[in-house]
Amino acid sequence: MEITDKMVAKTATKLSAEDIQKGKVLSVKWTPNLKYAWDNGPALGRYLAELKNGRIIAKKCNKCHRILIPPRMFCELCWVPTGEWVYVKDTGIVNTWVISYVDWKAGRLDIKGGVRPFTPAVIEIDGATKGMGILHLLNEVDPWKIYRGMRVKAVWKPPEERIGAITDIKYFKPVE
Amino acid sequence: MRRVAIVGAGLTKFYRNAQETPKELAYEAARMALDSCEMKLSDIDCVVMGTAPDAFDGVHMKGEYLADGAGAYRKPYMRHFVGGGTGVLSPIHGWFHVASGMFDTCLVVAEEKMSSAYPHPAGAFLTIFDHTTEQPLYPTLIWIFAIEMNRFMTTWGYKKEDIALVAVKNKRNALDHPSAQLGAEITVQDVLNSEIMAWPVNRLDISPTSDGAAAIVLAAEHVARRVTEKPIWIDGVGWCLDTAYWCTRDLYYPDYVEVAARMAYKMAGIKEPSKEIHVAEPYDPFTYKELHHIEGLLLAPRGKSVEMLKDGYFNRDGNLPTCPSGGALGVGNPISATGLMKIIEIFLQLRGEAGKRQVPGKPTCGLAQAWGDLMQVGTVVVMRS
Amino acid sequence: MALIERFQKVTDVTYWEGQIPMSYIYTVGRAGEKFFREMINGKIFGAKCNQCNLIYVPPRIYCEKCFERLEENYLEVGTKGKVHTFTQCYETYDGVRKEVPSIVAVIRIDGTEGGFVHWLGEVEFKDVYFGMPVEAVFKDKKEREGSILDIKYFRPIK
Ligand SMILES: [Zn+2]
Ligand SMILES: [Zn+2]
Repeated sequence: MEITDKMVAKTATKLSAEDIQKGKVLSVKWTPNLKYAWDNGPALGRYLAELKNGRIIAKKCNKCHRILIPPRMFCELCWVPTGEWVYVKDTGIVNTWVISYVDWKAGRLDIKGGVRPFTPAVIEIDGATKGMGILHLLNEVDPWKIYRGMRVKAVWKPPEERIGAITDIKYFKPVE
Repeated sequence: MRRVAIVGAGLTKFYRNAQETPKELAYEAARMALDSCEMKLSDIDCVVMGTAPDAFDGVHMKGEYLADGAGAYRKPYMRHFVGGGTGVLSPIHGWFHVASGMFDTCLVVAEEKMSSAYPHPAGAFLTIFDHTTEQPLYPTLIWIFAIEMNRFMTTWGYKKEDIALVAVKNKRNALDHPSAQLGAEITVQDVLNSEIMAWPVNRLDISPTSDGAAAIVLAAEHVARRVTEKPIWIDGVGWCLDTAYWCTRDLYYPDYVEVAARMAYKMAGIKEPSKEIHVAEPYDPFTYKELHHIEGLLLAPRGKSVEMLKDGYFNRDGNLPTCPSGGALGVGNPISATGLMKIIEIFLQLRGEAGKRQVPGKPTCGLAQAWGDLMQVGTVVVMRS
Repeated sequence: MALIERFQKVTDVTYWEGQIPMSYIYTVGRAGEKFFREMINGKIFGAKCNQCNLIYVPPRIYCEKCFERLEENYLEVGTKGKVHTFTQCYETYDGVRKEVPSIVAVIRIDGTEGGFVHWLGEVEFKDVYFGMPVEAVFKDKKEREGSILDIKYFRPIK
């Protein structure tokens, strides 16, 4: 048996987005009305509270001795409860990065109009175990001059604007 | 464990916007699969459904919604879901049902209708990231692909123009696929000149969003020999998940794919995969992903896949044809249905029924692989004629 | 240290708020296109499976029991049916108390299999009973748009 053009021809009917939006075919619209409040739990709760204080906190696994960031109550490799809290630095190095011309919903940024592309990166935080990264944004740097291993430092919101969120760090910027 | 064969297959066309409801797509694929091996729904003992996040189709409890379209009316039915890895987990899930001796036949269906999601199905991915530490930064799936591609390229010194050859190859292969959404003759320059989405990813480095469905029929050996002269055996299965703390992993190499592959190879008695596998369908939602997976599957030495690609090694007439179907980049990417489409391609290739897409040399052993979740799952199936 | 540290104060319990910011446009599909187009005409359509000898309402392109194609077998089934089962609802779908409760019923169109959910109108809850004959009340023709809401409700046949 081959799968042929003839066999698949009537399995699906091709439409354009306009066919749907302009009512050439019937459709139904729905926007789910759902909101969530996710409990932070002890590990992320403390992490966010410390971000509000302008500090980054990690947690140590006493079995593999990794210093884990974001902090977690169990080590996913050793499968044991983690040990003490450890403050780490707000500096680190760029592990890998991207120059994004799109937003989260695949909407295009107006790059030609002067909008700076997003430059998210995985940043290995100083004081955490080598290779331990977090996702954050880079700024105050030419996107095309970012490189692997670039040293960066957190730029914090002013204390009165911090709410205990990952966005209390505005972004990371290069340091010498 | 009993031997399990694929005995039939069905596939819808893949489109960016299909009129059919998800159920109707599932039915079309399932019905074609049954017809292909001249079986009736009453010959089917159980049904397995692979379908990715409910947020795409916009139907919570999508598995339950799809059940009747997939032929599961009053039958044992299970749905599984590991993001993009779903389509290759589907035959594995069905394999369990039959290999265990519980059932003699299993209809395996995979469906995705991404066009229902607005403003763009990409938005559904926002909520796969950690809701507290990552979502507030508004990450996109394209970011994390780009971030991984960058790490992969930087580690091995791969160039964008070389990786673009994957798009050229797969879109060309897709010209011969009846279900294909994006078959085309394009050049490396076309890829490099296409819109930048998130450097290093350009538009033509990415598979499209799609609507579509695929289905296969699995049978125990005694049934398989009765219904077809060319059963294709599922000889090895493997799957594995890595940590969801994805920033902790070194993204240049998919360890979880290697673990899954080794599991499948061991089961299939494969010692030297690059010699024993004759044709492969690694998951290619992005260009670099095919190469990343080829290395993880041990089909190329680490850091060497681009050189082999440039030498034509992975072309349809090369030493190890990869994505002869046209892959996700060419045929389209209705997530779970893509993985099962890849299984179907290997099924057809090993039966010598791939038509214009047939790779030369009468292949007898092939592999399909998919990948997904938060860049963390590998699913692998090894098949033999 | 214990896996779960005990919270000392309730104010230590923090949370993060978010939502899934998606909306959807569902095409009604091949069978749905027939069903809802005919609804604009004030008609209810079904699909007959000759093999199983039953009529599905709403119509489908396939029979879920035997997997036969039904697209050639659409037929008008009238607008009258019977109350299969019913309830009275005091809350909206998202848990808000309604000022006026609504009666919701599964209505089986005469001569068909299954049924569909709709409201009952022009009737008191205490007067509804299993098997009560009802008929569809459509909106004015110009207000119909090919939706299940083109039927305002079902009412008892006097
Ligand atoms: Zn540990
Ligand atoms: Zn029937």
